[in-house]
This record gives sequence, C-alpha cells and structure tokens, in this order.
Amino acid sequence: MKRNIPKWQKTSKLHYLMLGLITFLSIFPFYWMFIVSSNTDAEISKTPPSLVPGPRFLEVANKVLSAEGVYFTKALTNTFVVGIAIAVAQVIFSAIAGFAFAKLHFKGRQFSILFIVATMMLPSQLGIVPLFIMANKLNLVNTLYALIVPALVTAFGVFWMRQIIDAQVPNEILEAASIDGASVPRVFWSIVLPSIRQSSFVLGLFAFLAAWNDYLWPTIVLQSPERFTLQVALTQLKPLYGLDYSLQMGGAFLATAPLLILFIFVGRRLVSGVMDGAVKG
Amino acid sequence: MTLFKEGKGRTKAPLTPWKKKEKKQLPGVASLDGRWGYPAIAPFFLIFIVFGVAPVIYSIYIAFFKWDPLGESEFNGINNFTFLLQDSDFWIAIRNTFSIWALSTFPQLIIAISLAAILRNKRLKGKSFWRTILLVPNITSIIAITIVFQQLFGRDYGLINGILSLIPGVDNIDFIEGVIPSHIQIATMITWRWVGYNTLIFLASMLAIPDELYESASVDGASKWQQFKYVTLPSLKNTITFVLIVGTIGGLQVFAEPQQLNAEGGSTKQFLTLTLFLYNQAFLNNKYGYAAAIGIAITFIVLIISAINFVITRRISGEGSR
Repeated sequence: MKRNIPKWQKTSKLHYLMLGLITFLSIFPFYWMFIVSSNTDAEISKTPPSLVPGPRFLEVANKVLSAEGVYFTKALTNTFVVGIAIAVAQVIFSAIAGFAFAKLHFKGRQFSILFIVATMMLPSQLGIVPLFIMANKLNLVNTLYALIVPALVTAFGVFWMRQIIDAQVPNEILEAASIDGASVPRVFWSIVLPSIRQSSFVLGLFAFLAAWNDYLWPTIVLQSPERFTLQVALTQLKPLYGLDYSLQMGGAFLATAPLLILFIFVGRRLVSGVMDGAVKG
Repeated sequence: MTLFKEGKGRTKAPLTPWKKKEKKQLPGVASLDGRWGYPAIAPFFLIFIVFGVAPVIYSIYIAFFKWDPLGESEFNGINNFTFLLQDSDFWIAIRNTFSIWALSTFPQLIIAISLAAILRNKRLKGKSFWRTILLVPNITSIIAITIVFQQLFGRDYGLINGILSLIPGVDNIDFIEGVIPSHIQIATMITWRWVGYNTLIFLASMLAIPDELYESASVDGASKWQQFKYVTLPSLKNTITFVLIVGTIGGLQVFAEPQQLNAEGGSTKQFLTLTLFLYNQAFLNNKYGYAAAIGIAITFIVLIISAINFVITRRISGEGSR
C-alpha cells in the first residue's frame, strides 16, 4: 500500500505553510478593499481595525456609481469596448502575420523578423510624446480610437504567434494540403487556425488584460470624464477631505471584480500561457 | 515580450531558432506559395510602422527642438540634452528609479525561486490551485491596487504601521515622506504584482530539469540545499537573466504607483521616477522637446543595461562546465 517515496521528492508541512502565506498575501488586498468600503471610517481607523465586512458596501457602491463628474458605468463600458477591440484585432493580425513568418518563404522575411525583435527592445515611453502629437493631428485625442488604433498590433503578439505556429503546426500537414491543391488562404483557414485556437485565446486574454490595466496612455489622451476608462476614472475618486478611503476602495473593488470573475474561468489557461511561453521561448 | 527567454534556451526552442534551422533548409513550407507572405504581413506592418516605428523616429527629431505644442517651435540643437544632464531632477529620478528597481527585483528573485522550488515537487497536493492563485495579483487593476497599498501603508491609520507599532519602541513610519520608506512602499506594490508571475517563469524552467539529475544527486548523498545549489540554480542562469532584463525594462516604466502617491513625485521629489519625470515635463509643463530628450535618455539606459547583461551572461556561460 505504502509506496516508497524517493527522498528528494518529499514535501513538508513548511512548504504548505509558505504556500498558504503567499495565498493569503495574494488575496488579502482584495478582501481589504471590501472591508474598507463596507465599514465606517471609525471602524477602519481604530486599533486594531475591523477585519470583518461591515454593512455599508451597497451604500458606498451607490455613491461610486453616482459620484458627481465620475461616469463609472460609462468607464466600465469604455474599458470593455477598448479591451475587446484590441484583443480581437491583435489575435487576427498576429495570427496571419505570425503564420507568414513561420511557414511561408518570401524575400525580406528574415529581415522583417529581426526588425520586429529589435523594436521590442525599445521602451514604450520613447514614442509617447510623438504619439500624442500624431493623435492630435489625426483628431483622435479624447476618443476611444486613440486607445484602440495604436494597440491593434504589437511586435510581441506577432512574434509570439510565430513561435506558437512554428511549434504547433507540423510542416508535413501543410505540405500535404498544398500538394492536394489547397491555396494558402485555404490552408490558413482550415488547418492553421483550428490548431492554434487555444493559443489565440490566451493571446487575446493577455491583450485584454493589458488594455484593461493600461493607465499611462489613457490618462494622456483622454480628457473628458465620460470618455475615461476605469483606471482613469478611479483616480477621480480620491478622498477630498480627511482620510475616508471608502469611496476609492469601493471603486477599486468594483473595477477589479469583473477581472476576478473572469479569472475564475480562465485562470488555468493564463497560467499555462505564461509557462508555455517561458519554456518554448 | 515578457514571455520569452533571452539568449540560448535550455529547452527545445531557443529565442532564435530560425538561425539554426536555416543552415540545413529554409524554414517553412516550400510547396506553399510564398508570395502570399506580403499581403499577410502588410496590415500588421502598416500599423506597426505608423504607430510603433514612426513615433520613435519622430521623437529623435523633436528632441532637437524647443517644441511648444501651442505656439512656434524652434530648433534648439543639443540644448535639451545638455540641460538634461545638468537638471538635478533627472539625477534624482535616476536614483529613485534604480533604488525602487533594486528593492523590488532582488526580493522578487529570492521569493520566486524559492516558491518555484516548492511547486516543482511532483508530490505536492493542489498544484494547479497554487499556480493559479499566484497569478491573481498580476491581473488586477493597477490603480486599484495602488489605492489599497496606499491605505495599508498610511502613516496614522495604516494596517502596516498598526502591526509595526506592536513592536515596542517602533514609531510610525511615514511611507510617503521618507525617501527609502517611500521606495519600499512602491517596491512592495511592484513585488506583489509580479512575484507570482516570475515564480511561474522559474517553475517552467525548473520543470525542464530532468528528474535523473536530482535522483543521482540524492543517491550521492546531496542534501536538499546542495541539490538546490548544484542542480537547480545553475540551470536557471538564463531565466534569471531574462527576468532581470524584463524587470529592468519594467522598472524604467514605473509610473502609476508614484504618480498616485503624489503627482509631483513627492514633496522633495523623493519618489520621482524617470517615466513620471518625462510625463510631467511633457504634459504638465508642455516641454515636448525636453520630454523627448528624456525618452531618448531612458532608451540609452535600457541599451547600456542590456549590453552589460549580455556581457555578464556570456562570461558566465563561458565559465560553464561544458
């Protein structure tokens, strides 16, 4: 019954204790958001502070949604629209270009890949001032297009897809299909796309999350509150007087909840996306 | 970009697999019509050139001007750069950026490698649960998290000072006014956000170490610590380099956290970072040319650090056993 466990594979209670501690530290800030936004100011500032949820959350949530000059629900929709547009566009453009870079022979291919990799080294702040000037000239300032258009493609997405298609789609199958007379678009549509469905989903998720959490560019290019994304809208909820953080924390909780719910469904896939990239890259 | 390992990968596919393959045969499928490659990459390249490459070139141009977004712009030679080198804020921003980088990177490396070593164990229960939990901080809204930590680190009523005050003789620490305390606050936010992600990266490369190495080390009587030191650590060299480079690029982009603590980077600029400095010069002071020069300076710093990293890695792998 008892299997002989090799010594080097033994686990100890200490390991579980450490993992437990990390779990606690990872979750606690979310719990704390809820504690602060559901308790009264007095409950939070006493020593020791209250560590159980109070009765005030709905009242605070209501205040967040109706705060003057803050369009929280609008910001939520804006963020969703931008995130989904960017995710879909990045997956499509990256899959097509990644396929070409992984499987097609054409002149200039090598150079293009090197060029893309080289630009990945440049820090993104370098282009931010000119990008704003360009957005201004194109009349994109204070529109959601200003967030979407520059993010339609990324060098990273194309490079990632190239790696994925290279690793997951065997050349033999494509060869066989093309010898049977399938055109290149046909091969892409019926062989390549179905076999990279999982990876495309992961790339889309990463793009969506990056858009959701982006702050620097939105805060530069968006000007009127009804155009704000969630991150920018959250900064409007600063306590005007005293140390009453409940409004801000309530907003933070409301802005984070959708991601946490999404994470319950896709967390495992994100984990394998991160780990696959690390190994295969 | 963050998902890829730099340099020679230990596993099947290194960063530049095409170089190796090409000596034998062209990569890709010869029977597919290669001319389709151009329309396939055209949409990507068009957008990429306009919004990714053009701004970079444009910023080099702007950096030589006294650029006023409202009025006339005049050629300014290298004045933006000479002024930058004499601007004490620039040097303060460099100091702060590197201090925050060091305070977040080294604890992260230690925690992430230790956690990955625990998670590598095949007999650990709930593997997938632990891995998933580790990624939760990474997906959360950056501003929301800044708000929470700011409250936790509060001087008078913050939970962290509340815990510290239980130790006799410890006064409340001001995690905003103090130089190092403010850096610790920002570094904690960064560490909290990225340590789980880096754990997964380390775990992935640890799982690629063959079990036999541990078995034979164990048979030879190596202790757990010796196994870690002589089997695990040497195989993580490339991953450590990767995490350091990505961490440096990320470290130079720290913006939201300090800006939320104080838009000016603190009363004595004690936590002004390079990106916050750039943002304020461009969008608060309307000095576009100067801001472009700061962007170029940041790029130089990235290139220098990457070069140093490259040299060190080469030297280490040159000394390697094989």
